[in-house]
Amino acid sequence: METTVLLEDDLEDMRMYYRSGKTRGESWRRSQLQGLLLFLKKKEGEIFEALAQDLGKHPIEAYRDEVGSLTKSVNYALNCLSEWMSSKKAKLPLIAILTTAEIVPEPLGLVLVISTWNFPIGLSLEPLIGALAAGNCVVLKPSELTPKCSFLLATALPTFLDGKAVKVVEGDSTTGERLLRQKWDKILFTGSSRIAREVLAAAAEHLTPVVLELGGKCPVILDSFSRSWDKEVAAQRITWAKFNACAGQACIAVDYVLVEERFIDEWLELMKTWIKKLFGENPKQSCCNARIINKHHFTRLRMLLEDPKVQSRVVHGGDMDEDNLYIEPTILLNPPLQSAIMMDEIFGPLLPIITVKNIEDSIQFISSRPKPLAIYVFTERESFRQRIQAETSSGSLIFNDVIIQYLADTLPFGGIGESGMGKYHGKFSFDTFSHHKAVVRRSLLVDFWFRFPPWNEQKLQLLRSAYDYDYLGLLLIVLGLKRSS
Amino acid sequence: MGSDATAIFDAEAAQTMMKELRAVYGSGATKSYDWRVSQLSQLLKLIEYHEDDIAAALRSDLSKPDIESYVYEIGVLKSSIKLALKELRKWMSPEKVKTSLISFPSSAKIVPEPLGIVLIISAWNYPFLLSLDPLVGAIAAGNAAVLKPSEISPVSSALIAKLVREYMDSSTIRVVEGAVAETSVLLEQKWDKICYTGNAVVGRIVMAAAAKHLTPVLLELGGKCPAVVDLNINLQVACRRIIMGKWGSNNGQTCVSPDYIITTKANAPKLIDALKTELEKFYGKNMLESNDLSRIVNSNHFARLIKLLDEDKVSGKVVYGGKRDESILKIMPTILLDVPRNSLIMKEEIFGPLLPILTVDRLEDSFNIINSGTKPLAAYLFTNDKRFREHFVTEVSAGGLVVNDTTIHLGVLTLPFGGVGDSGMGSYHGKFSFDAFSHKKAVLYRGFVADADIRYPPYTRKKLRLLQALLGGSFLTIILALFGRN
Repeated sequence: METTVLLEDDLEDMRMYYRSGKTRGESWRRSQLQGLLLFLKKKEGEIFEALAQDLGKHPIEAYRDEVGSLTKSVNYALNCLSEWMSSKKAKLPLIAILTTAEIVPEPLGLVLVISTWNFPIGLSLEPLIGALAAGNCVVLKPSELTPKCSFLLATALPTFLDGKAVKVVEGDSTTGERLLRQKWDKILFTGSSRIAREVLAAAAEHLTPVVLELGGKCPVILDSFSRSWDKEVAAQRITWAKFNACAGQACIAVDYVLVEERFIDEWLELMKTWIKKLFGENPKQSCCNARIINKHHFTRLRMLLEDPKVQSRVVHGGDMDEDNLYIEPTILLNPPLQSAIMMDEIFGPLLPIITVKNIEDSIQFISSRPKPLAIYVFTERESFRQRIQAETSSGSLIFNDVIIQYLADTLPFGGIGESGMGKYHGKFSFDTFSHHKAVVRRSLLVDFWFRFPPWNEQKLQLLRSAYDYDYLGLLLIVLGLKRSS
Repeated sequence: MGSDATAIFDAEAAQTMMKELRAVYGSGATKSYDWRVSQLSQLLKLIEYHEDDIAAALRSDLSKPDIESYVYEIGVLKSSIKLALKELRKWMSPEKVKTSLISFPSSAKIVPEPLGIVLIISAWNYPFLLSLDPLVGAIAAGNAAVLKPSEISPVSSALIAKLVREYMDSSTIRVVEGAVAETSVLLEQKWDKICYTGNAVVGRIVMAAAAKHLTPVLLELGGKCPAVVDLNINLQVACRRIIMGKWGSNNGQTCVSPDYIITTKANAPKLIDALKTELEKFYGKNMLESNDLSRIVNSNHFARLIKLLDEDKVSGKVVYGGKRDESILKIMPTILLDVPRNSLIMKEEIFGPLLPILTVDRLEDSFNIINSGTKPLAAYLFTNDKRFREHFVTEVSAGGLVVNDTTIHLGVLTLPFGGVGDSGMGSYHGKFSFDAFSHKKAVLYRGFVADADIRYPPYTRKKLRLLQALLGGSFLTIILALFGRN
C-alpha cells in the first residue's frame, strides 16, 4: 500500500528521469515497444490465466480481443516510429525569405494511464504503446476489479520495460484519487462518464490535458436486405458483438437494436438461431461466455430486468445464476423507452430490440439522445448511409459490421460529447501523447525596414501589402509608383 | 433576435439562448458549405468596412498605435478569413485512410463534422483578433457560436457586439457582453467546446466548469516567454526584433512577448546599449509621449506593474527607463539587469513594458533556468551557432520556438498556435482552427462477402492459429495457417 509521501517521491524520481533525457531517443522508445512485445509473448499463458480467473474469459477470446490486438498495435508502432518522430516542414509564403518553419513532436513528460476492468490488459497497454512511442514516462493504474490482471501487470510488466520510466500502481478508488491529485502532463482515462467528470475536474487544477474514453448506448440500425446471406451475416455479427465481447461488457458492444416493425419476427428468429450457433443449446455450459465482473454489476443488470414493465418484454433468455455470475443471452422486445434499461448504458448480455415504423425514424431516435461511442448500421442503401453519416454524430460510424473499428490502426478511436474526448490508436496514440511544437528559424541577415517604427503612412501600406501577399503592390509602393488608398 | 445590450444576462437568459441556438443548430442550418462561406464572407465584410472604427476602438481601449491595429488585428484577421474561404472545401472533405487485411474487404475514411455550439471567451489585449479569429475556425467547421469579449476593453466589446449583430446570422452567432457574472452564467451552460484566451487562473476555472459537462476546451494562456541572446550576432537586428516583440506588441501586453532575456555576463552591456539605441530610434527621447506605444490598459494593471518595478530588491536594478505617468497610464520602456530570481517580476508573467535581463556565465545554463519554470507559450533564441540552435530546439519545451526573431510564428498559418503545460492546451490558426472546432468521425464500411468466422465461437485451435497469423502480421504465416500448418 503506497503512502502519499512514497508516491510523490516516486513521481519526482520519474520526472527527474524524464528530464535526464533518457526517454527521448528513438532507440529507447524501440526498446520499450520491443519489451512490450516480449511481455505479450513470454507471459501469454499467465495473461490468459489471469483473464480466465478475473472474468472467465476464454483464452481465444483473450487473444482475439487483447493479446492479439496489442501485438498488432505494437508491431504497427515499431514500423511507423521513425516516421512519427520526424519533424514535418510547414509551408511558408514567399515573403518569408531565409526562413524555415516546421512542427517538431516532443514528449509531454510524465503521463497517467487509468484503465478499466473489461479489457484489463488491452486497455492498459494500448495507451502505453502510444505513451512510450512518444517518449514519455508513464504511470499505469489498472482496475482493482480484475485483481489477478492488475497484479500481473504490477509485478511482471516493469521487468520487461525500463522500470525507472514505467510504474504500475495498484489500488482502489482511494489510490486513484491520490494519483489524480498529482500534477501530470497528460491523463488518459478509460471508464464511466461519472468518474470521468471527477478526472476532468482534478485535471483542471493542474491544467492537465486529458483523453477520456467513455461509453454510451451504441445502437444498431438494422435495415432490410434483399439477400438472405446478408441477413445471416448481419444477425451473426450483431449477436456476436452483443454477447461475445466480454458478455456485452464493452464500451463498443452493441447496446440496443432498432429495426422496422414489419421485419421484427424474421430478425428475432435469426438472432435466436445465431445465439444457439455461437453458444450451443445450453449457453450456460458454453466455454465461450465471459462472466459478469462482480456481484455489484450482476445486481445492477438483474435490476434492469426486474422492472415489471421490462420483465414482460423478455422474448428470449432471462436465466440468471448469481453464484456463477452468469446471465443468459437475453433479448427484449420494446421495453419502455423511459425504463433504466433504455436510459443507461447496459454493459451486459441484455439486448433490447426497439421497433420503429420506418427505419428512417431511427435517425431521429439516435440524434435526440447523447452521442454514443459508435453507431452500427446494417444497410445496403447508399442514400440511407449518407443520411446517417450527415445527420447523426458519434465517435465512430460503422457500416455492416461491429466492433472491428477497434482494430483499425488508421482510424481515430474516441468519443464525442458524453462518450468522451480525444482519440488514440495508431498514430493518434503517438500524437495524443506528444506536444507538436512550432519552430521557426530565421536569418539575422535580411529584414524589412517597414517592420519598425517610427510609423508612417507608407510603412502601413507596405505592411498591408505584405500581409496580403500582394508582392506586386509591395514593389510598386517601394518604387513610389503606388500611393496610399 | 440579437442580444439586447441593455438587458440583464442571467441564468434564464442564458438557458433561453442555449435552447434557441440548439434548435437552429439541430435543424442543420450551420452544416452546409454555403452557410459557412456566407458567414465567413460576412465576417470579412464586417472587418473591411469598419477598419477605421476598429482602430478607433483600440485607440480608445488601449491607445494602440494605428499600425498595430491595422497589421496585427485587422491584417491577421483578414488573412485568416481569406485562407479559410480558399481552403474550406478541402478542409470539409473526408480523408480516405488505408485499411488492413484484418477488416478485408473494407474502406475507411475520417469525416470532419461540427461539434455543435461553442463558446469563445477572449482577452482584452487583442479584442478583435482573439474573439473573431477563433470564430473563423468555429464557422468554418460548421458550428454555432457565442462570443464573450473582455469587459476590460469595453469600447471594442461593444463594437464587436454591434457589428456581429449587424453582419452575422444572429440565429447562430451571438455576442454576450459583461463581466464576471455574465461569464459565470455562460460557463454553467453545456457547450460542445469552449475556447478561452487569457490567464491560467481563469483557465482553471473555465476547465473546471467544462468538466461538469464533459466539454473539451482550447486554452490559450501565457507564461514567461524567455529570449536567449548569444554573442557574435548582429545585435542591431536582434534588438529591433526583440523590441518589436516586446514594446511594439501592445507595449509588452501580449501573451507571446519576450518576457525576460537571458544572456552572458560579457554580452549584457553591449546588449543593453544596443537596446537603448534602437529604442530611442523607434520611439524618440520622450517615450511617455510617443504615440507609437500602447498605454497600460487600466489602473489595476498599472498598479500591478508598478508593484513589480518598485519591489525593494528590484528597484535598484533598473538600467534604463523606469519613468511612469499614472494620469495617462504610461510606463516607458524599462530594462532591468540581474533582478533576483525570487523577485515578483521573475515569478509572475510581466505583461507590460518591463524587460529584465538575467546574466549567466555560460549560455547553456539558460536551458536550466527556462526548464525549471513552467512551460511558456513561446521561447526565443538569437544566435548564429548552429549547434547551439539545434540543442535549444531539442531541449526547450514551449508552445512554439522562434530562432532569431520574436512573435512572427503567429503569422505562419501552417503552424499550430498553442501552449503546453501551464501555457495552455490545444492549438489553432489555419487548418488547426478548423480541426479545433471539429469532430473527426471514423467511418468504416464493410462488405458482407468474406467473413472469416475465426472471430466467432465456438473457439477452436485452428481459429486461434488463424487469428494469430492475421493479427501477428506476416502473409506467409496466414497462408500456412489456412492450410493447417503451424
